[in-house]
Amino acid sequence: MIPSAFDYAAPATVAEALAALADAGDDVKVLAGGQSLIPVMKLRLADPAMVVDLGRIGELSGVRDDGDALLIGAMTTHHQVATDPLIAEHVPLLAKAAATVADPQVRHRGTFGGALVHADPAGDMPAPVLAAEATFILAGPDGERQVAAADFFQGYFTTAVDDGEILTGIRVPKYTGWGAHYEKFTRVAQQWSIVAVAAMVRVEGGTIAEARIGLTNMASTPVRATAVEQALAGAPLTKEAIAAASSHAAEGTEPASDLNGDAAYRRHLAEVLTKRAVIAAAGL
Amino acid sequence: MASSKITVEVDNVSYTDEVEPRLLLVQYLRERLGKTGTLIGCDTTNCGACTVHLDGVSVKSCTMFAVQADGHKVTTIEGMATDGKLHPLQQAFHQCHALQCGFCTPGMIMQSASLLSENPHPTEQEIRDGLEGNLCRCTGYQNIVAAVQAVADGTVSAGSNETETAGVA
Repeated sequence: MIPSAFDYAAPATVAEALAALADAGDDVKVLAGGQSLIPVMKLRLADPAMVVDLGRIGELSGVRDDGDALLIGAMTTHHQVATDPLIAEHVPLLAKAAATVADPQVRHRGTFGGALVHADPAGDMPAPVLAAEATFILAGPDGERQVAAADFFQGYFTTAVDDGEILTGIRVPKYTGWGAHYEKFTRVAQQWSIVAVAAMVRVEGGTIAEARIGLTNMASTPVRATAVEQALAGAPLTKEAIAAASSHAAEGTEPASDLNGDAAYRRHLAEVLTKRAVIAAAGL
Repeated sequence: MASSKITVEVDNVSYTDEVEPRLLLVQYLRERLGKTGTLIGCDTTNCGACTVHLDGVSVKSCTMFAVQADGHKVTTIEGMATDGKLHPLQQAFHQCHALQCGFCTPGMIMQSASLLSENPHPTEQEIRDGLEGNLCRCTGYQNIVAAVQAVADGTVSAGSNETETAGVA
């Protein structure tokens, strides 16, 4: 399968990339790791006249300590996210989720920022980033702006990134000392999540002090399981209390029905997987 | 649509070529360089038959444009044997009979090499997880895992066979 012909630019800096996007007009795609874009171009579901490749912009890759947060470059690969020592220490949820993306070869090429901008409802990185209350840093012709994760994911494969803008990095608050787990349900290897749950909990003594829960593939965007978070706050650190809180996991969700499962099945999965994820995150 | 000039080091030889931006890396390797040891299986990023190393780590060459490899180093199955001796993984696949039809073998070996460079002593489960992106439609996984385990355990070393015996397709 051969994609339609396109013109190609490989800028070396963010400024050059923005200029290339401005010159290209409407029919342009930004290429990050290409693990989602290239397959859809091969199927000719996308046939842009111009492709701007961010792969030569070294400043977009890597993880940096930024005080009370980590700054993760948009072109940092899933493999880097899964193995980075700063992420392991301060936001292990991201490492655990990244380690479940596709397969090792795809994780070597696919990028954190690319997956977030692609915003596949079944993709594994949006829900953890939403749960972690991260901030997206966008560069555009009028300079830089920041968008909260809660405002970033706007619909099915749709984000707050405007035409002419690129995502340069994601600022993720540190959750040092929190327990974390990503519970992903698939039927076969390297499959997209049918449903997955991203959970972080802060335990104090015998009590769950705080929790952050994000759900994958329970709506056209990732969603926070707010009712579960509220039920867990101050709850005793027991499997019974976690099970009771997890019964709220599907509240406010709008899961799709497809060949992998109907909406009712996904609601059931959300409750079961939330319970498992929180129990694992709490170390019970 | 303009073509692009790329310089890529493939199996320790530098090549400079004019390519269309839409040319996939696997097509460049097979059709321009004649390196048909790297196979196209599913052509949809699933099966891993086209796995090569880009700067030492495994990637699926059907899901990369040749222009993205400009300035980088690519290693294919054809570059694994050195000085006429099979790579230990090639030797192990031979000894453990880790292939039936052989179509998945180049990708399996390239991914196994990448796995062992990141984790030299994997458990059986880690080998299976590490080969998640490689499909063997003969379902010969048992011996494939055994071959990787044999190299990790050091019970197989570089072979004395001529490199021709490693040829696939």
